[in-house]
Amino acid sequence: MGLKSFCLKKSLWVFHLAGASCNNCDIEILDVLTPRYDVERFGIKLVGSPRHADVILVSGSINQRDKPRLLEVYNQASKPVYVVAFGACGITGGIFAEGNTFAGPVDQIIPVDAYIPGCPPKPEAMISGLSKLMQTI
Amino acid sequence: MAETLFYFLIYPGLLFAGVVGGLLSWFDRKITAQVQFRKGPPLLQPFYDFLKLLLVKETLLPARGARMTFLIAPVLGLFGATAAAAFILLPLFNIHIGFEGDVMVIFYLLTIPSLTYILGALASGNPLASVGASREIKLIVSYELTFLLFFAAIILKADQAMRMSEIIQMQAQASPFIGSISGVLLLIVGVFCIQAKLGMVPFDIAEAETELSEGSFIEYSGTVYALVQFTKYIMLFILPALIVAFLMSGFHLEGIGILWAVLKVLAVVLLLTLIRNTNPRLRIKQAMRFFLIGMNALVIIAIVLTYLGL
Ligand code: SF4
Repeated sequence: MGLKSFCLKKSLWVFHLAGASCNNCDIEILDVLTPRYDVERFGIKLVGSPRHADVILVSGSINQRDKPRLLEVYNQASKPVYVVAFGACGITGGIFAEGNTFAGPVDQIIPVDAYIPGCPPKPEAMISGLSKLMQTI
Repeated sequence: MAETLFYFLIYPGLLFAGVVGGLLSWFDRKITAQVQFRKGPPLLQPFYDFLKLLLVKETLLPARGARMTFLIAPVLGLFGATAAAAFILLPLFNIHIGFEGDVMVIFYLLTIPSLTYILGALASGNPLASVGASREIKLIVSYELTFLLFFAAIILKADQAMRMSEIIQMQAQASPFIGSISGVLLLIVGVFCIQAKLGMVPFDIAEAETELSEGSFIEYSGTVYALVQFTKYIMLFILPALIVAFLMSGFHLEGIGILWAVLKVLAVVLLLTLIRNTNPRLRIKQAMRFFLIGMNALVIIAIVLTYLGL
């Protein structure tokens, strides 16, 4: 394992993009920053700008309005960037999949590197998903 | 010549200051985690972050905006920080080269990084960055006068000695400046000034992660952002070192003195971290009022007390 991938693995900065979610996933994401789960010990931190992101965490279903924004954020991120589809909505569309504004699950719009299922996924699931993502780097 | 370059680039300049600053940045994050009952990042985390940005990530340029200025600003900032680091740390480590410079040189060099942040932010053509830049300008306008008065008070306390090494020697012979009432007031003022200079909460108005999403630095990525981070690491070391030199009689690097030197710097950083963890972000108006009225009054009281010999 080279120095480059080691450093990348040790310092994943996450940009959180919320699509049309029911907001429960977003709250669950903040949970992993709390004392009980504390992902900062793996070097993970939330950043506010896609330019700094190593991981784009997409929660919620993507509707027609979100789609160009998702593409925009993906193109703005400095590569290499990994995409994680979070929650049932991110992976398949979940309960919103039959809505008339639904624009397809995330992996049909941009390439997805990891899926974290659940509605909403538990913080443990998110940590396990991110650690599996780290193993692939 | 080679020797001077070594002083500037390796020890105690660029490289050394950056590495120590990185460790201090870990200390800051670890203490923050402890305050919040978390475990916190591993020791080498700042270096992982830096190397990742430097080696792995791609550098993107903004589509609109002045690209050259955008790229050069962080380099200039790093130069400024390196020069300031050399002029602060050389007297502290008791190394003498030809030009020592007086403390006013340090004052101006310390302004350069903030100015380049503004330049870079305005060059990026991003509206959030320009809001960040305009806030940074207002912040500089408010704390710079206080910081200047802080320097003036120190010079006055040191019997008009303008040299860093003389100020340190004076405290070594008599007692550290912090042992007087005016010294304590100056410590308060100095700590708040460097808090603002470092852009730490409650003065992270220009970066404002939650409202401006990192403000001035929003467009930076990859290698140039690594330079910005490195500049910040250096500043996190040299500004507390400046306080130690001005008020706590500097370093005495022999035997047990090394431990004391480390503890002094850690104590100042700890103070900064605790302030940052126990305060919410101020609005720019409140920050300006804080410095222009509160801190200026405090530093003037300190100057008067110094005249009275207290
Ligand atoms: S996956 Fe479930 S919890 Fe998450 S946004 Fe969709 S409906 Fe809400």
